[in-house]
Formats: sequence, structure tokens, C-alpha cells
Amino acid sequence: MAITEENPGYKWVGTRPIRPDGLEKVTGKAQFGADLMLPGMLFGKVVRSPHAHARIVSIDTTAAEAMVGVKAVITGSDFPDLAANGAHASDIDVANNAIAREKVLYEGHVVAAVAATTRDQAEAAAKAVEVTYEILPHVLTVDEAMAEGAPLLHEGMITKGVDPAPEEPSNVASKILHERGDLDQGFGEADVVVEREFTTKPVHQGYIEPHAAVADANSDGRAHIWCSSQGHFQMRAYSATVLGVSPGTLKVTAAEIGGGFGGKTVIYLEPLAVRLSQRAGRPVKLVMDRDEVFRATGPTSGTRIRVKMGVSQDGKITAAEVWMAYEAGAYSGSPVGAAGMTAIACYDIPNFVVEGYDVVCNKPRVAAYRAPGAPMAAFAVESVLDDLARDIGMDPIDIRLANAAVEGTQASYGPKFPRIGFVETLEAIKDHPNYTADLGPNQGRGVAAGFWFNAGMMSSATVHINENGTATVVTGSPDIGGSRQSMALMAAEELGIPYESIKAVVADTETVGFNDVTGGSRVTLATGAAVVDACRLIVEDLRARAAKTWDVEVDQVEWVDGQAQHVDGSQPPLSLSDLAAKSGRTGGPISANASLNSRGVGAGFSTQLCDVEVDPETGVTRVVRYLTAQDAGRAISPDYVEGQMQGGVVQGIGWALNEEYIHDQDGVMENPSFLDYRIPVASDLPMIDCAIVEVPNPAHPYGVRGVGEVGIVPPMAAVGNAINDAIDVRMTDLPMSPVRILEALTEQSD
Amino acid sequence: MARTHITAVVNGDETEFLAEDGTSLLNALRDEVGLTGAKEGCGTGDCGACSVMIDEKVTTSCLVFAPEVQGATILTVEGLADSGELHPLQQCFLEGAALQCGICTPGFLIAAKALLDKNPDPTETEIRYALAGNLCRCTGYDKIVRAVQEAAREMRGQ
Repeated sequence: MAITEENPGYKWVGTRPIRPDGLEKVTGKAQFGADLMLPGMLFGKVVRSPHAHARIVSIDTTAAEAMVGVKAVITGSDFPDLAANGAHASDIDVANNAIAREKVLYEGHVVAAVAATTRDQAEAAAKAVEVTYEILPHVLTVDEAMAEGAPLLHEGMITKGVDPAPEEPSNVASKILHERGDLDQGFGEADVVVEREFTTKPVHQGYIEPHAAVADANSDGRAHIWCSSQGHFQMRAYSATVLGVSPGTLKVTAAEIGGGFGGKTVIYLEPLAVRLSQRAGRPVKLVMDRDEVFRATGPTSGTRIRVKMGVSQDGKITAAEVWMAYEAGAYSGSPVGAAGMTAIACYDIPNFVVEGYDVVCNKPRVAAYRAPGAPMAAFAVESVLDDLARDIGMDPIDIRLANAAVEGTQASYGPKFPRIGFVETLEAIKDHPNYTADLGPNQGRGVAAGFWFNAGMMSSATVHINENGTATVVTGSPDIGGSRQSMALMAAEELGIPYESIKAVVADTETVGFNDVTGGSRVTLATGAAVVDACRLIVEDLRARAAKTWDVEVDQVEWVDGQAQHVDGSQPPLSLSDLAAKSGRTGGPISANASLNSRGVGAGFSTQLCDVEVDPETGVTRVVRYLTAQDAGRAISPDYVEGQMQGGVVQGIGWALNEEYIHDQDGVMENPSFLDYRIPVASDLPMIDCAIVEVPNPAHPYGVRGVGEVGIVPPMAAVGNAINDAIDVRMTDLPMSPVRILEALTEQSD
Repeated sequence: MARTHITAVVNGDETEFLAEDGTSLLNALRDEVGLTGAKEGCGTGDCGACSVMIDEKVTTSCLVFAPEVQGATILTVEGLADSGELHPLQQCFLEGAALQCGICTPGFLIAAKALLDKNPDPTETEIRYALAGNLCRCTGYDKIVRAVQEAAREMRGQ
């Protein structure tokens, strides 16, 4: 572990105790989305479009409604027509994606849902819903969608971000542009210029838990939803929008969440379950099958990206030109905006143009996936940078050091960077024994780097001191990867009591203040800051109570190691348990709330080193050694920081080597299972070595930056660069599957 | 549809439940027996989240019809701890942070137990292949493999 600044003597922060929710998760007690059973509960099933693009002519539910056990059947007409109500365009898209009204825009798009007393009855009823479609021509890729005369998904879509606005509608929802300096001059100063074009396929977040929701609606309009999501406040807001009700009528309880990676920040089942429950007058459970998860949720964008970069002989990047088109799926909102902002953000480049397009097509609407948009752009940029380093004979770390963004660098997307740790991640790789480990035959080594903003946003926390001096820390941020532990560690540090004396819980939407989603690597940063704030209010309160007890001024009281001490030692200390036991006499229960809207995010950087072995006979690439160095700011919970780093890398390895959506010519997904959409398994991989770099974020009380996302940004380029090193073939299309490697080797020998 | 009466030993207890012929063991365990530790991640035997032991063999319970386990002995994650004392694998998963979201954990624990029952001193490669039928999307498997190595060491008394 590389630590760049001395640990300031924390007692709890930075330790590795057992996580608060661990016991339930190793004993099978933890309740995930599909685990809840309620008395009288019905099973629901969703009816989905078999077509990629079609007009709904009619839906006949009579046969389904007449079947044994069927209690409710709903279609788009059971929901308010937001477009007719003048709702915001983004809300209309959310509603239409949850259940189609006039057109289906991708295979798997919801057209109806049923609820019945058993699973089998629900499945049979779903099959009995008769939908008549008028099939429309479809477009599946950015190339098809941007082609002249392409069929339109949305007839009124005029490209935003173009001046003057186009007169004709298209499938291009928006254009983004970042530019600086003079491109011609920059390329003129270059000694070497490399230009390449890259493609990537849609890939799924691949969480192991399918989406699940249970709803129990009351006849007075209120409803309780239990669901697995990355943000139950967000699910409440979206559900209220789609249902046309006030958010306050919905109570949402967060089930344990079985993975999300961004894909559970959007709604699919929740409003359907509520409406079915209202119609049936009984609780309804909706759970997706795996093939529904693939066909209708996630994924992230397929892309086409062109990169041209020039360097001088001393390794300085003189100019960069990036053109990118990102699939949005059925509705606008691909992560091309973030892609444009992150593409060259690792580097200080004087002349650049980054241009991007958000393009709709007849595939499921893309959802956030870990550093959304950044990994594809990094695959392209970091591959070209690797070529440039080879062309001028420079070490791949050294060329990155020569251009690395540092404190004060004007980021390519606008602001000046505060203190950041990119250089430290590069040095951590160079200093590691993996960097000089021997390579065998057919093996190669690749380096790549990545940047992600990290998010802040809104969080709330409540801290209660129990009557024996233990504490309950309540937040509304679903714990997707161990965040209860980081909350408890920071609270222990602040209150000065043992970690084991603190219970960290995730409360429902009626029990704690608003929290934005668990996403953007933001929970330890922002929700953690709210916990710290609440703990500091508690400590102020405890000092005041001690002062009252001793009849002294509050400034005579210090809080040290979980007890109030008089500054001159004239009073015997009062521990938290002493003060808690007497709270009734000093003002009542000890409790504090804190809410905030982020206070300064800290940018995250990761540099990674990958060794592969390519079998020239089969084209199979095997990762034999992997090292990831990431600036965590401060690793509150090093176990789970490493977990985020390792998990991000392995998702990236899957993206690099195996994973892709495959559609047939009708726009039907051909590989909607874990058998055919193969994510990495244990036997595919080596251990993933971690170097946690800690360059504290000056804007967070403990220096936290957030660690969840940036780890997935470099792997595709790191793997591609290693393959290039091994077999001297530059792979430009993901995934770099055996068949593509063999094709490339054949082309090379021709 | 008529339901079949099934008797099996589940986590050490003789257990009776009803299931339709086409009901998976996984759904019967979850809906009828009330054991929701085994999870459905795919329903096609590809992810291992529903792994249980049937007569000491690790099996994806989504691919077994409930009536097939008549008379069998079944172990689910709920039966792994002994009177509240965690199995060394459970303890090592906790101490080694071998879970993030935790949805795959029950299946990994069962698959790892099946491995260690047969091979108390597996190599890293043997562990990786024994667990290759269990998908984890959060951890990258590193800490899971290490936790199994540690549990194996402890169980061998080292």
C-alpha cells in the first residue's frame, strides 16, 4: 500500500474490522429485493415487446383477465399521459420507458403487466395478453441511426447543442463540444501523429441480483414499496412521477441490494407493482428473470470513437482531436457528456477539440455504469497514447508523467484541478515490482490511466446516542459495497467510542432525511460528511451537557477519546455512557441530524498495469498479472476500497475480452444469459494487486475522494496495450475476443 | 395443479413441503420452506447464486425440480453455522471482506464448503476452478479466493 502522506493517527479510520451487515450476509438472513414475502401477496409478470421498433395497434387483455388466479392486468393506459399533461421531457421518457404507450422502442420494452396468485398463473396470463403491433424499421447502432434517411425513433427530436438548430429531426439528441487552443498549430508542432478509430459494444452492469420490487397499496392512495435499488428516494420520486402522485404518498424501504454499478439508479418495476397492487387490492411482487435484465435494463452505450493525437519527440502531447458517438438506446441520455469531459482529462494538452454525439437507437435505454461514458473514451485515448509512446521510444509511464494533470492544471472540461493524485498513481505503478517482472513467451505488458470526477450531491444522516452510550448511525444511502462500515468507522473516530459500539443502518424514506442515489462514488464522501457533521453536533451537545454538569463554561470542556474532560483536569472525566445515562437530567435524548449538499468533490485517478498472455493458436487472451493504483484520498475502509478497485478492474477485463450485446438483424438480443454473455469467472483471473494511494481531498473532513468508479476506466486500454505488447497487434474493437484476435493475427501475417 | 408432498432433511431437520411438479427446488425452498438464503441470479444454472448441497454434492437448485429431492439431505447457507457458531468459511469471508453486495455469498460459501469437504488443501488454481460456476460481479474474486485459502488453513488446524 502506497501512502503519500502520514496517517494522522486515526484510531478507527483506515482499519479493517468486520462490516456491520456482514453476519446477515454470510448466514442467508439478509433480505434482498426478491426475498420479501407478505401475507396474501400476488406474483406479477411483465409483458414485453418482441420487436425492436413497432407501433402498438391494440392490446387485448380480456383473455388474460379471465384466467384462473389473475387479479389485475395493466397497460400504459393505466398510467397518466405525462406528455398530454405537459410534463418535463425527461419525466416523459422515464414514464414511457417504464411502460410503453404508443410505440415500443426496443425488444423487451414493457407493454403490460399482470398479477396472479401464483407465479405460474402470472406467467400464463402474461402470455395471454394479446398485443397487435405494426412493425417499424429499426436502427441498432450509431452508424445506422446517424445515416442519411434513417428511421426515426422520436419524430420530434431536434439535435440540441447545434447552432443554428437543425430544421429536420434526427436520431441525434445532442452534440457536445470542448475545445481549446489551435488544433492545426498543435498538430504542426508534433513530431509524431497517430489517428485511429475504435468501436465498443453495449455491455451490461451484470449485477447478480435481478431487479425486484414488492408493492403494497392502500385504498387511500398510499403505498409501501420494498425494492432493491441504489436510491430509494430516487425510486420514490420516479415512481411518483410515473404514477402521477405526490412523493409523500409513497414509502420506499431499501432492500439489501445485490449489485448495481449504476444500473439500479433507474426505475423499471416499482410503479408497475404499485399499480397492480392498487388494482388487485393485495401486495404484489415483481421480479425480473435474467433474460429480462439483459433485454430491458442497463446496459451502457456501444460507441464509435476517433482519436488523433500528436506528440513532440520529448513526449509532450501537442494536440488531441476526439470525435465520439454514443448509443443512448431508446431515449436520449447516453453518457457522452461525461465521456467528452473525461476523455483527455488526465493530461494537460494545449490544443484540443472533443466532439460528441448522443444518439438514440432501438436498444434498451442505457443506464449508468461505473464512471459512465469514461471507459470507452479512455480505451481510445489511452490506446493512441500507447502507440505514440512506442513511436517515440518512450516509457509508457514517463509519457504520462510528462503530460499529467497536476494541482493548478486547467482541466480539459473547464475548472482548475485542486490537489489531485494522478502523478502519485503513476509513480506507485512504476515503483511496484510488477513493473519490472519478467515476461514469458507470448506475454505482454500494458499501462493505462483513467479519470473520474466523483460526485457529491445531497445526503442526510441522523445519529442517536443510546441510553448506554452506544450509537446508532442512520442514513438513507443503500449499502452496495460496505458503506455501513465506512459510516461506522468515521462515527467511531468522531465520537471516540469503539467501532463495535456503533450500529450503522439504512433507513426508509420516512425515517431519515433525503439522500441522493448511491452512485457517483459519493456515499463515503457526502453521506460520510453528513455523518461526521451529525457526530460533531453530538459532541458539541455532549460538551455542553458536561459543562452544565460541572457548572463551568463549555469552552472549559474538551471531548477526548469518548469522554468529556475538563481542560485543567479539575473534574473526573465523563464518558459517553455516563452522559447518556444522565441525559434525562441534562436536556433529554442525545440525537442530531445533518443534511448537506456536497462540499467539494475530489477527483479520482487510477493507473493500471496489466500483463497478458495471448495464445496465438486460439486467440485466447489470459490476464496473468494485474496491478491497480488508485487515489482514494483517504481509505476509510481499506478492505472495501480494495474491493472497489478489484471489482472495477475485473468488470473492465470482462468488457475488454468477452462482454458484448449481440443482436440479430431484427434487433432481438441473441445472448441474454450468463451462459452467452460471459462475465469473468474466478478461473479466468489472477489476484488483482492493489496500491491504494492517499492524497487527501482537502474538501472532506477525512480527505475522502470516492473510489467506486474510476477503477473501470483504464482496464480496456491496459489489456489492449498489453496485447499489443505481446503480439504487436493494435486492437481497436471491443471485445478483444479470441475470434477478433485471430482475425487480427491473420491480417498481420497477410 | 395437484401438488406433491415432499419430505427431505433440510439443514438437519426433517422437513415436509408441497410443490408442483414443475417447481424448482430453489422456489420451493424460498417460497414453501421459507429459506431465502439461496438466490435466483439467472434461473439457468449459470451463476451459482442458488447453490445448495444435495446429498453432499453442490448443485444449482434452480435446475432441480422440487420433487426430485424426496428423501434427500439438503444443506443451504442457513445450515452452515452450527448452533450459532459460524463455519470457518463464514468467519473467513467476514474477516477477509470477501463480500461486497453479498448476493452471491450464499452460493460461494456452499461451493467452497463442497470443495473443502473433498479437498482440504486446495491450490489457488483448484479453488478458482471449484468456484468457476459461481459468479461474483463485485469483488473480482481476489478476496473470495483468499478467504477460502484462509478457511482451509484454519480447518486443517494450521
